[in-house]
Amino acid sequence: MSAVPGQASMPMAPSNASTRLQQRRTRILRERAIEGVLFLAALVSVFTTIGIVYVLLKESVLFFTHVSLWDFLTDTQWTPLFDDAHFGIMVLLSGTITSSLVALSIAIPLGTIIAIYLSEFAPFSVREIAKPFLELLGGVPTIVYGYFALLFVTPILQWFYPALPGFNILSAGIVMGIMIIPYVSSISEDAMRAVPMALREGSYAMGATRFQTATRVVVPAAFSGLASAYILGISRAVGETMILAVAAGMQPNLSFNPLEPAATITAYIVQVALGDLPHGSIGYQTIFAAGLTLMVFTLFFNVAGHFLRKRYREAY
Amino acid sequence: MAYAKNLEEIRALIASHKRWDLVFACVGVLALMIGVLTFVALFSDMAIKGVPRLELDFFTHFPSRRAGQAGILSAWVGSCLVMLTTAFFAVPLGVAAGLYLEEYAPKNWVTDIIEINITNLAGVPSIVYGLLALGLFVYQFGFGQSILSAGLTLALLILPVVIVATREAIRAIPQGIREGAYALGATQWQVCKDHIVPYSTAGILTGVIIGMARAIGETAPIITIGALTFIAFLPPSPLKPEPPFVSFDWLTSPFTVMPIQMFNWTSRPEAAFLVNAAAAGFVLVLMTLAMNGLAIYIRYRLRKRINW
Repeated sequence: MSAVPGQASMPMAPSNASTRLQQRRTRILRERAIEGVLFLAALVSVFTTIGIVYVLLKESVLFFTHVSLWDFLTDTQWTPLFDDAHFGIMVLLSGTITSSLVALSIAIPLGTIIAIYLSEFAPFSVREIAKPFLELLGGVPTIVYGYFALLFVTPILQWFYPALPGFNILSAGIVMGIMIIPYVSSISEDAMRAVPMALREGSYAMGATRFQTATRVVVPAAFSGLASAYILGISRAVGETMILAVAAGMQPNLSFNPLEPAATITAYIVQVALGDLPHGSIGYQTIFAAGLTLMVFTLFFNVAGHFLRKRYREAY
Repeated sequence: MAYAKNLEEIRALIASHKRWDLVFACVGVLALMIGVLTFVALFSDMAIKGVPRLELDFFTHFPSRRAGQAGILSAWVGSCLVMLTTAFFAVPLGVAAGLYLEEYAPKNWVTDIIEINITNLAGVPSIVYGLLALGLFVYQFGFGQSILSAGLTLALLILPVVIVATREAIRAIPQGIREGAYALGATQWQVCKDHIVPYSTAGILTGVIIGMARAIGETAPIITIGALTFIAFLPPSPLKPEPPFVSFDWLTSPFTVMPIQMFNWTSRPEAAFLVNAAAAGFVLVLMTLAMNGLAIYIRYRLRKRINW
């Protein structure tokens, strides 16, 4: 058996300790190489962030050599593609803020109520059915919500208020709010379920009702989790694109009235991308400046959320 | 006497507090119902308007200027090819990254940065990924407005979903499994490939399906890279009659996808195109529902079956 060539690596042969050492060395080398490859895969996320910052800054710097930052922030017109070009981001920002406020005034109360109900009140069977259902609601493509806002919700709103234009922030905002409910409710519910049972038991032992326990014990204890849920909701609302592009119209309009049509930052980017702007033109650069504004906006809320969570964190 | 009166008062107080419980329970059900009813309204509205349009012709015709003859052939083929590309990049990268962070990563600042990054990327608006792709993939790397650019963009977009799902699935594997394998002389990679990855497959699959369901409905980033809306041809076939039998020409082909086709039809004033939009939307919703439903089912099975 040991005479057969090619089987020198059999461990029973005492003479080939060096072969085994060699094997061990290649194995260690292979392990190292694999770890390196996995590490590179994990680094892709860092490269993505660097890529986003690089692209947004590079084109925005070119943009701001044409337009001063002061004009960008204070001009009251947004007409980047006209001969008499104005670049007042406030015009687009007003649409983003208005639509986000409408959406959040629906998503935050309803999402919180659903979370409290599912975590503190609902029987097991209701929770088992409702949670997947909410998940499905969050999985519907936003373009479908846009269609729904334009052709289902707007006609209903017009029935109540006939002067409402076909494109308006209100119906887009309402549908956006309903789309965001699942994000808010699922994170809020997780936060509330993480509150230790002993706190609830203590509250019940003092004679509190379910409602009192939920609002005065569980909600304050889970506040940092609720804050995360709200911040995520805000990020979704600010970054939402297709519902607004379809249902809110694409005319820039400096107004905080939800009954009017208005373009948001995201809708403007879509509008420009649909057209055929040459690479390197000022119009092409505006969408990166608009995107940078969007990123700064969401970053601000994420940082605020981080500090809010730190401030109200309850450790058990 | 005063005692009895007091008791009455206390009972009334308790009753009124209990009433609040009931009121809130009703409000909670109502809030849930708003979500459920919206979903039902959305689904049935699309079904009523769109289903009559769903004949075989609708799936085998290209978009057309005449609404009655328009179909979604180029859209669904484009969606399938983009999804294929997305999965090809997102699944290996996501699983590898999740594996590294759970099994290999040392506790240091590099790991912290990677973790913070992944959390933050999950909150970046999808249209910003579109801008990244436009600046980087389309112009800097010269991939053009192709299926490759779109697939890469969506892969980056769903990467956090896959990574988080992988990490959760791996974290659920008890430490004893690893210790047993190491005790038998397995190397770290052998533990990973023979134990960790196979045992977390179902959890990873759930995350991948949810990520793909999100990617298939994403419109904004694909519009941003400049996907055309009117495509009356198919990308070159990936299969060839002569050797080597496969071709990757389709990766660089212009394309359209289902949500973009729907957006195009929705933004037209003619009512006949809105019917097409409803039909395309119905197909899209069915696809995402089926994928999400599958993910929920796998998770449910998983929870029932595994007992370490």
